[in-house]
Order: sequence, then structure tokens, then C-alpha cells
Amino acid sequence: MSIKNLLKIAMNALLRNKLRAFLTMLGIIIGVASVIAMLGIGQGSKLSIQQQIAGMGLNLVTVVPGSQQRGGVQFGASTMQSLKESDVAAILSDCPAVLAATPEVRGNGQAVFGALNWPTSLYGENESYLQIRERTVESGRMFTYQELNGAAKVCLLGKTVVKNLFGEGADPVGQVIRFKKIPFQVIGVLGSKGLNTFGQDQDDLILAPFTTVQKRVLAITWVQSIYTSAVDSKSTDAAQTQIEETVRRVHKIRASDQNDFTIRNQTELLSTFSSVSDILTVLLGAIAGISLLVGGIGIMNIMYVSVTERTREIGLRMAIGGKGFDILLQFLTESILLSITGGVIGILLGIAASKIIGSAMSWPIVVLPSSEILSFAVCTVIGIFFGWYPARKAASLDPIDALRYE
Amino acid sequence: MKKLIEIVKLKKDYFVGEVTVHALRGVDMVVNEGEFVAIMGASGSGKSTMLNIIGCLDKPTSGEYILDGIGISALSRNELSSLRNRKLGFVFQTYNLLPRTNALDNVELPLMYNSSVKSKERRERALAALESVGLSDRIHHKPNQLSGGQQQRVAIARSLVNDPVVILADEATGNLDTRTSYEIMALFQELNRKGKTIVFVTHETDIARCATRNVIFKDGVILREYEVKDRINAIEMLASIPEAD
Repeated sequence: MSIKNLLKIAMNALLRNKLRAFLTMLGIIIGVASVIAMLGIGQGSKLSIQQQIAGMGLNLVTVVPGSQQRGGVQFGASTMQSLKESDVAAILSDCPAVLAATPEVRGNGQAVFGALNWPTSLYGENESYLQIRERTVESGRMFTYQELNGAAKVCLLGKTVVKNLFGEGADPVGQVIRFKKIPFQVIGVLGSKGLNTFGQDQDDLILAPFTTVQKRVLAITWVQSIYTSAVDSKSTDAAQTQIEETVRRVHKIRASDQNDFTIRNQTELLSTFSSVSDILTVLLGAIAGISLLVGGIGIMNIMYVSVTERTREIGLRMAIGGKGFDILLQFLTESILLSITGGVIGILLGIAASKIIGSAMSWPIVVLPSSEILSFAVCTVIGIFFGWYPARKAASLDPIDALRYE
Repeated sequence: MKKLIEIVKLKKDYFVGEVTVHALRGVDMVVNEGEFVAIMGASGSGKSTMLNIIGCLDKPTSGEYILDGIGISALSRNELSSLRNRKLGFVFQTYNLLPRTNALDNVELPLMYNSSVKSKERRERALAALESVGLSDRIHHKPNQLSGGQQQRVAIARSLVNDPVVILADEATGNLDTRTSYEIMALFQELNRKGKTIVFVTHETDIARCATRNVIFKDGVILREYEVKDRINAIEMLASIPEAD
């Protein structure tokens, strides 16, 4: 029998029972839609984490001091005072995979302007900060190299600080604020970055030249961390290795001794969080996959009912010349039609649901074409797999018995 | 005259559990082209088994069956299907029309299983078959919109559409009232007059008298067989039956 006739016969048979066909498809529709939506949510959360981690800085490689150890007692991470400003210079001159680097020192305290005050953090950085941490200056300007060298008392404010010291929408440029009683002239406002992955407000900060903060505010000789940017996303590992070698050399660490610093790069962080969201995706997908399986069993059930109910029809078709194979193909085509139609509707519904969930929860939802293709393929396989046994039952009927079936 | 059906020493046994049922115990039978044969007999006489074998739905245990020059004993299940599709037309007691499917699609059905017939030709032949049973004005009606007699006409049209060498009817009037039965018999007689060979199973003597020859089965053998002398002309018969109000 030609494919055209086969499709026509299967279509006619399905259209004879529209409601039943629809209800059977519903299982597949819901299954596929939930697979698409769940994978979309999973992929979306992965993307959102990736974006946020990437947003922490450009191909970021971070160096922090190692943990202090005295008499066998560990004093926790980053407690050593081992990093110096000279390390930054060495990294910049000796590590070809590093694009830019800045030392960082920070202190917490109360910022005061007039009658208003606000507890915040003061960050001391160099002029590469904006590039490395991917931040912008919204109004005013960044401090200059001269101001950095001269430990000038200038600062840039984050949006949250501006809001709390000057009020919403006010322009603080040119004003003088005090932090730990030291006056700073505001020369700019940083562009907003919102909350980070861990819920920290990235706009609640004051940015000042590294030298000013280290010498005038904190009065320390070490730096608390070093942020560097690798030249591109592929070279973060190379940058990490080069920095490790350089800092070990500068710190004169013997080959047998451990590092007195720790290096982290974004890729590690990214893979940690990605693996979490991958597990999430697999879990959600598996649950949705089970509903797809149930949908498939629904098709099998209905096809069995259909074969029994249409025993006489099968007998007739055999009597007038239908071969067993024709009957098999007919029922298989019906179940494949059911599952594929359900699959297509499910994919559309899943995309729509993803969009709705995405906009309702302001999450990025990523519907990958691969998950659509996968769902479609799974539907076809379900159609064949769950249609096979009922179809074979139909094909193996004896025409005489089938014709007499009451 | 050409022998369309030739049956020699045909036996058919069924095995029900440990019991062997001898449904046919050695039947010799010939149906010539253009004949209208009525097979009669009580239930259990083997007439239905005979029809199943003539219809190539069942194979004999022993003996020969030659349909239009083809011995069917050696044929596979699929070859028998093709043979039924090309050479035979079936009419059943319960019509066996596809539900919720219009008359035209029902009649087209046998040709769907014949890939050499294209859709345009299929439609034309179905329309012609429906016209020959007088249902040209009912082609888009579904079975539940047709009377029993009309449904049986659709079934007859379906049996005609593949231009079979023999039409096999199994109690084709069994579900119909007397008047409608004669209408159907009139149709069969007309088809027979146009040259169709018909084999008809019935247990109604009057209906059997519409045929040209009667074959009486009993206990798996042919009891009697004879040419019908006082043949009933179904159209004349119809005139004598008052129309139902």
C-alpha cells in the first residue's frame, strides 16, 4: 500500500474518534510540553548563573593570600599578608596570558555626607578595575594614573551609596563625602550592576585609588587580593599557571613548599555552578520524561482498545485484500500520527509555557533547538514502540475469527 | 463453459482441543462462469466452512481448490490476500461497513489495497459501482444515515469495485426484512444477468430459489445439488409483496 493511502486510512480512522484521539495525544502533549519547559528552565538557570559569574569580571583570575598557619593551627583562608603590590607588577610584566591586573584592598566603614550616613565598603583598586570587573562610569570620570600615584582622595560611588547619601537621582559629582573621617571628593558614579549570584548588592561600594585606601585609610603594606583578566576566555587556565609561577618566584617559594596564596579562575566557579544546574536540568528533564513515558503508555492502551474494538474492521480489511503487514502499518501509522501530532503541539505549548514562565518569573528561559529535535525524535520512537504490540496483535488476527467477532 | 471454481475431494478438519471436527468430509464442486449458486444447509453442515475456503480465507486440510485457474493450496497468506483483493468480492450478513465513513470511501476500500489503481481511477470505479447498485445519490452518506438495505447495497458496491471473478455472499439477506431481501436478490440477479458469477450462502429456501443452481450441504458433504427449475424472479416477487407503509 502506498504511503499516501496509508496516511489517508490512518487519518480517517483517527478522525472517526476525534475526542479519543485528542485525549490520547494529551498525554504526549503534556509530556513533551513539560520536557521542553523543564529543559528550558534548567538551561535558563544555567545561563543565568553563567552570565552572573561572567559578570563578575572579564575572564577573571583571582589571587588571594593563603591561609596562615602558626604552630600547626590554620587560621582560615586569606589570612596571610603575603601579597604585595609588587606582585601585581610582576604578573603584568611576566605573564603574557594576563591582559590586566589590579591589586585590591577593602575596608568597611560608615560613609557620611552632611546629615546622612551609610555603612558600606571602600575598595581600593587601580585604573584597570573598570575593565577587569566589567563596570562602567555612569557620570563623572574614573580616577587618573596621576591620582593613583599621588594617593589622591577621590572616589567613585556605587548607585546604592548615592541613593542613601544623596537621595534618589541626585548627582553627587563634585561633592565631598567622608569615610572613616577622611574626606573624599566624589568624581564619578559607577553604572549599576544589581545583585550578584550570591545576593550581594554590587552597587553598594565606594571605589577609590588603591594607594589612597591602602596607605591613608587602612594603613597596611599588603594587598588583600589581586584581580587579573586573561587575554581571552580560553587562556584563563594558562593565565592561572603563569601567575602561579610568577608569584612563587617573586615570593621565593622553594619547589618543595606550598603556595602562600591561592588562585581561582572563573572557569572553575563556572563549572561548579554549571554542574549544579546540569543536575537540576537532568532532574527536571527526568520528571518530565516520566510524564512523556506515561503518555506513551496511554497511546499503547488506546491502541489496544482500538484494535479490540475494530476487530471486525480488521477482519474486513483482511478479507478484501489487506495483508498482515498492511494492517500492522496502518495501526503503527495511527500511533505514530498520534504521537507526532501530540509532539508537535507539545513542543509549541512547551515553548509558549517557557516564555510565560520566563516572563512571569523574570528568568531567562532557553529553549534549545536540540531539545525540540530530541522531543520530536522521542515522540516518533514512542509512537513506534508503544504502537508496535497493538499493531502486531491486529496483524496477527485470523480474518475469519475477526469477521465473526462480536 | 469456463470453470471458475473447481473443488476436488476437499476436506477440512478443525482441531478443538483434543477433538477433531470434520467440517468438510470430501466435497467435489464446480462453479462455472455466469452461474448463480446458492449453498444451503443447516447450521453445522459445513456451508460456512465451504464459503471461507472458496473465499480463500481458509485453506483446506486436503483436496484441491482451483480458483480461476490458480491452485490455492501452495499460496502463502500474503498471496491469498492479493488473490482475494483481485479475484473475489465479499458481501456479509452484517454488511461490515466502516463506521462514520461515507459510502464512497467504503466502496473505495478494496482498491486502497491495490497499488496499481491510482486515486483518480479509484474514485471513478467506486462511483460506477455505487451507480450500478442504484446509490448514486447517497455517496456521501455514512452507514448510520442509510437503511439496512442501502447499507447492503453499499457492501455489494464494495464487492464489485475490484471487478471480481466471483462474488461471495454470506447470508447477505439474513438481517433484512422480506421485501428488502428481494430487493437485494433483484440486484444480485441483475448483476448475474450482466455476467457476474455469484456464490450465495443462505438458509432461506425462497431466497435460494432466486439462484440458478442450489447446492445442499449436510454433515460436511454435498447432500444434493440441482438446477433451479421454478426460479424466482425477484423483481416480479417484489411486485407481489405489498410495500411497507
